[in-house]
Amino acid sequence: MLTVRYFASLREALGCEEENITLEQKDNVTVSDLVGLLSARGEPWDVLQDTGQVLVAVNQSICQRTQPLHGDEEVAFFPPMTGG
Amino acid sequence: MAVDDKTCRINIQVQSDDFDLGSEYSRLRHQADNPGAIVSFIGLVRDFIGEGTEGEQSLTLEHYPGMTEKALQDIADRACSRWPLSGCTIIHRVGKLVPSEQIVAVLVASSHRDAAFSGAEFIMDYLKTEAPFWKKQQAGDQAEWVVSRASDYQRASRWKNSKH
Repeated sequence: MLTVRYFASLREALGCEEENITLEQKDNVTVSDLVGLLSARGEPWDVLQDTGQVLVAVNQSICQRTQPLHGDEEVAFFPPMTGG
Repeated sequence: MAVDDKTCRINIQVQSDDFDLGSEYSRLRHQADNPGAIVSFIGLVRDFIGEGTEGEQSLTLEHYPGMTEKALQDIADRACSRWPLSGCTIIHRVGKLVPSEQIVAVLVASSHRDAAFSGAEFIMDYLKTEAPFWKKQQAGDQAEWVVSRASDYQRASRWKNSKH
């Protein structure tokens, strides 16, 4: 089961902090496939497709959307950072 | 036990409490092996809407517990492998802050000042673009998320094209 987390403005826009998602297919799945699955919910979830506004981390490391998923990771979506 | 004299002592703290630069300086000064220079940087909350505006101003910092510490450790490790640093401290506050409060501290120790200056700047540039912190500004009843700046990414990317 994937743990999917959302932060900051994205968490507010989606009205969701965390959810669990079970991948039906476990082979050759990437972050892009997960984004496709979530975006299919329609607005406001389709914002996840915007690679400029939404960054992704898998198991707490920033990654590209080509990153493979095996189905037991922690995936986080968030806007570009503004710390410091 | 033998102590590796090439070790860079790294202190990472993410906290809601304020910090004291004098104490952090003393700690690093005693931890670092033969420091010839210690550079420190402190980031403060600016008065972001100027004077004359009604309502209380505040800044709330959200972060991604776990990933934040990992990202800061990774940035510090990269600085230590790039320059001969003997120690570094990164402290970042989270939660609600008001103008003039301290947000972030970066202290870097080295044998020489050039490595200490560069290391501190490198850490701040990557902290801004890679550490998962997000600021929300509030003035009176109005709240909005701070948007990331292209100039911060440009500052970080220049390190990729230079050796020092």
